[in-house]
Amino acid sequence: MPTTRATPTDDRSTVRSLLRLWPYVRPVRARLFTAAFVAILASCTGLVIPLVLKWLVDGPVADRDPAGVWLGALYLLLLGLAEALLFGLRRWLVARPLAGVEASMRADLYRHLQRLPVAFHDRWPSGQLLSRGTTDLMLLRMFLAFPLTFLLVNGVTILVGVIIMLAQDLMLGLVILGPAVPVVVTCVIFEKRYAEVARRAQDQVGDLTTVVEEGVLGIRIIKGFGRHRSQAQAFRELSRTLRGTELHKARLLATILGVIVTLPEVAIERLCWAAGATGRCRGRGGFLSTALALRWPVDSIGFLLAMSQEAATATERYFEVLDAAAEGERGPALPGASPTLGFARAGGPPSPTRAVLGVPPLGEARLPAAQRGLRFDAVAFRYPDAPLGSPPVLERIDLHIRPGESMALVGATGSGKTTLTALVPRLHEVTSGRITLDGVDITAMSRQELRSRVAVAFEEPTLFSASVGENVLMGAADGAGAAELDRALAVAQAEFAHTLPQGTDTQVGEQGLSLSGGQRQRLALARAVVGRPEFLVLDDPLSALDVHTEAAVEAALRDVLAATTALIVAHRPSTVLLADRVALLSGGRIAAVGTHHELLRTNAEYAHLMSGADQTHQEAAR
Amino acid sequence: MTASATSTPVADEPEDSRPHKADDPFDKDVLPTPPGATAALLRSLLAPMKARVALTTLLLLLQQAAVQAGPLLVAYAIDTAVPAFRDHDHGPLIAVAAGYLLCALASGGLQYAFVAASARVSQDVLLDLRGRIFRHAQALSIDFHERYTSGRLISRSTTDVESLRELLEEGLQELVMVILSCVYVAAILLWLDLGLGAVAVASFVPLWGLVRLYQRRARRVYRQRSTAIAAVIVKFVETMNGIRPVRAFRREAANDAEFRVLNRRHERTNGDALLEMARYVVGSRIVGNTAVALIVLWGAHRVADGTLALGVLAASVLYLRRMYDPIDRFGMFLNSYQSAAASLEKIAGLLAQTPSVPEPSAPRQLPALASEHPGREVVFDGVRFAYRTGGEVLPRFDLTIPAGQTIAVVGTTGAGKSTLAKLLARFYDPSDGRVLLDGVDLRDLAVPELRRGVVMVTQEAFLFSGTVAENIAIGRPDASHEEIERAAKAIGAHDFISALPEGYDTDVRKRGGRISAGQRQLVAFARALLADPAVLILDEATSSLDIPGERAVQRAMATVLKGRTAVVIAHRLSTVEIADRVLVMEHGRIVEDGSPAELVAGTGRFAGLHRAWRDSLA
Repeated sequence: MPTTRATPTDDRSTVRSLLRLWPYVRPVRARLFTAAFVAILASCTGLVIPLVLKWLVDGPVADRDPAGVWLGALYLLLLGLAEALLFGLRRWLVARPLAGVEASMRADLYRHLQRLPVAFHDRWPSGQLLSRGTTDLMLLRMFLAFPLTFLLVNGVTILVGVIIMLAQDLMLGLVILGPAVPVVVTCVIFEKRYAEVARRAQDQVGDLTTVVEEGVLGIRIIKGFGRHRSQAQAFRELSRTLRGTELHKARLLATILGVIVTLPEVAIERLCWAAGATGRCRGRGGFLSTALALRWPVDSIGFLLAMSQEAATATERYFEVLDAAAEGERGPALPGASPTLGFARAGGPPSPTRAVLGVPPLGEARLPAAQRGLRFDAVAFRYPDAPLGSPPVLERIDLHIRPGESMALVGATGSGKTTLTALVPRLHEVTSGRITLDGVDITAMSRQELRSRVAVAFEEPTLFSASVGENVLMGAADGAGAAELDRALAVAQAEFAHTLPQGTDTQVGEQGLSLSGGQRQRLALARAVVGRPEFLVLDDPLSALDVHTEAAVEAALRDVLAATTALIVAHRPSTVLLADRVALLSGGRIAAVGTHHELLRTNAEYAHLMSGADQTHQEAAR
Repeated sequence: MTASATSTPVADEPEDSRPHKADDPFDKDVLPTPPGATAALLRSLLAPMKARVALTTLLLLLQQAAVQAGPLLVAYAIDTAVPAFRDHDHGPLIAVAAGYLLCALASGGLQYAFVAASARVSQDVLLDLRGRIFRHAQALSIDFHERYTSGRLISRSTTDVESLRELLEEGLQELVMVILSCVYVAAILLWLDLGLGAVAVASFVPLWGLVRLYQRRARRVYRQRSTAIAAVIVKFVETMNGIRPVRAFRREAANDAEFRVLNRRHERTNGDALLEMARYVVGSRIVGNTAVALIVLWGAHRVADGTLALGVLAASVLYLRRMYDPIDRFGMFLNSYQSAAASLEKIAGLLAQTPSVPEPSAPRQLPALASEHPGREVVFDGVRFAYRTGGEVLPRFDLTIPAGQTIAVVGTTGAGKSTLAKLLARFYDPSDGRVLLDGVDLRDLAVPELRRGVVMVTQEAFLFSGTVAENIAIGRPDASHEEIERAAKAIGAHDFISALPEGYDTDVRKRGGRISAGQRQLVAFARALLADPAVLILDEATSSLDIPGERAVQRAMATVLKGRTAVVIAHRLSTVEIADRVLVMEHGRIVEDGSPAELVAGTGRFAGLHRAWRDSLA
């Protein structure tokens, strides 16, 4: 069921991917480089220790020189302490900074995701996003903590070791270097294949996350149909696939490790042979020690490269999301999407401070009546990811809601009502045409300003993990208090909030008390009206309310609506009656505008949608 | 009419009136873990792997033997083979060289075999664990999920499983390597010289103290870290799922700030963990390096005394360093172990939760249908429902719904209608009394049998990722395409589905797959239709439908669902018109019960509601 994104194959050099981490590493670069330097130092100390040991055994010990032995042992001890402290210093240097890099990358991801277009979220299951923000970032932290440093350190160690060996004996050194060539070749070949498989595994983890999440979000459906076994089956298949990918990855790793372990041993064997054959063995214990000391650095290369590969693919996954364009602060999403009417443009965008204060834009008094209120001018919309050639959801919307007027929006299921309402707070961008608030194109103001002027109640009333009071006051300007809260709760007939265990301080949302659909809907409505917005967009705000509560909300809402310009999606005559006029959305256009009673008489489709009762009428209307 | 409505105080009870105390284990993400459950979980995961773990260990053992043989051969070469070679006896050196080559090849081959085999073991354990978490979570009841949050469950099955993976993939190998290496090197040292070896082994005592200290401190840090990342995930998931209101109410900045706090907490614990490791590494290195210096010193004196051969000291020195090399790696093992232990503890806590709605141990079958109609009789026998922490939602009541009857339940929000429905669907079990389906207690029915009996459609019409057809097929996974289409047609969903870019095969997340709330409810209905249950519960299932859509559903109920027992909860009284009987509920009690005509004609609440609704149709 879930999808695994195809791997983009264009130019995916490991180094290039990893270099993208630089902006995050930059702030801690001093510590990281110091740590790498310290690690090199520690590693060199580690290389020197065998030399001292060799010198000690060959020299003072062999010569029975007690003073020399004491001195040697002291050196050994000091070197040992230095090595220990240097190892500790390296870890201490990077501990906090690396945790910091991970955290700041995660914060940036979260930040960016909050600002990506809603259309992006429609396409991306949140499990895929989450796995980028958790497992991928942990991988990157581990990469920065260990493989990155040790690739460097072990590289240098190997180099130094080789130089030491070459200095000691050129010929033997060359003999031992021979197998390096096949090791490098093997690494290069496996690098590419490993990267592909690692990427696949990471994507599959994301899919698995999605299934887990859906298993909870859809638990009522799964339980309601007794499908938890088939759900578990789907999960098992997916996790089996992941297991297969992981095993594939492991086999690749095993191959490279096998090669890397074997070849140096062969080198040492050849060394022995060469040493023995040429009689150069005497006094070559140090040479051998050095060669053996290089064992771990060499052995580790395979593992380090594998981790780097995984880190590179994790980086790619991370930046796939971070590279997606966030909503611009202002201006249309597409160049030229806004036509040339230019009324607002000519006057320039209104100053944000005025809007924040709730002061109408300059010149409102001078605006012709036709420009005031909420206007849709030739608005067309198609989802940016819609298949080419498919009809747009909204073909041409021309609608004018006068200041202080409430307009009901009626249309058949799936006619695009919710989509239309999403255009006003710019959750989606119009494809062409324009929407104006009091004559100002909504693309000419910042989203912050726009959304502070337009309040929305969604069809699905989402409450956040916060108190009831906080949830409602989200819709108000900062500093709004108990008075506003009480008024909003009264309008939405949500006084039940006061009778909750801790009153309006009761925690709700996913981590709190679960409220019924009707209760959530009323709180969402309270949230929409609490800020006394200039413009109000309500998407079927009363669908989950019982008749009595609905009537009470309607009565209270009338007062609010009298002072605001509102667009209300409605399915029921009772909701429609809240509005001054009704617009009928049909075939992507506003097919009719008028009062409820006018339309009932004159428009067959409207009559069908509103009464439905009359079966024969309905058939005739088709 | 609105006057009468507003004068009645709307005293809604929240659906869930459990007190949320500050020390609630759910709030703090510390579910009680029975003592020993963590270790038992790890044991039970590894138990089926015993033979394979042994094989893997053997491979590692052999591999290490091949590796460790190297220095011995070198020592032999220096002491014997090379002098012999100089005496023109080429045999020993050739043998040494050949032996070394063999060892090299063997160590490479064994390395491959070991990595592949150990990956198989760890992947199988992870598969098992992931499956257990998922299955267990799915078996847990709705009330659990209402409190645990999807974010935490995701955290358990991703980041916590990931910690175990690190332990299995690297830690276990490290541990085996370290033990092998230590034992092996110690044995050789003891063999080379008993005294030197004994001193080397004695140095393990302070190391062990260090290990214990580190373990204690790391466990605390990792526990905190596991909780911290779960909190991060919960916040992340909540934001992404509520992205529209986040945008519309300009929550971005506030969310950034809240997320920063949670993220910081995780960052801090993460740093703490790394620092603990740093301390351990310094301590263990100091102990190891000091021991090397002391042993060499002592050895040198003994060489001077003539009680120790120089060659033995030279070989011992070569091995001594190797003895302490794995100490770092042991640190890594400890690190993975503590991290995994903290995560396993959380997982064990989750797995220790028992479903409050358990499956029967001895399931019963529903009796054969009494008539040709598919409906069954429902009896609430002395049922009472209260949350475990108190807060009675439904006081004791009796109710019988004859087979084939369509019953409408109306009442204010929070009157207990949904709870009644959930008891019938067995989302909850009653605190007292029984819910019977054709005389069989719902608690005695296995899930498949139960869902042939009762299916519930709620107002939350969630769509799973996948195609529209797959979403409908949740009602009956073995349904054919024709059956799916027939169900969609019957409910009036066929037209919009056919208009989607790929019709029934449109992926609901892919291009052009956007489906409105009303359309989702139609899909949910099609699901229920396909499930073909004896009893159908509709809980506000038509709230987002327009009137023609609602009519289509009602027509379907009158035809396709005819003869079934149906419980319909609806605010829209239009639904009541098709009901045979109406229950009016208030404050958890059934206050009116009768046919729609009777109730409308009366003077009760329903008559009032009905008038209000008639007026609202205007």
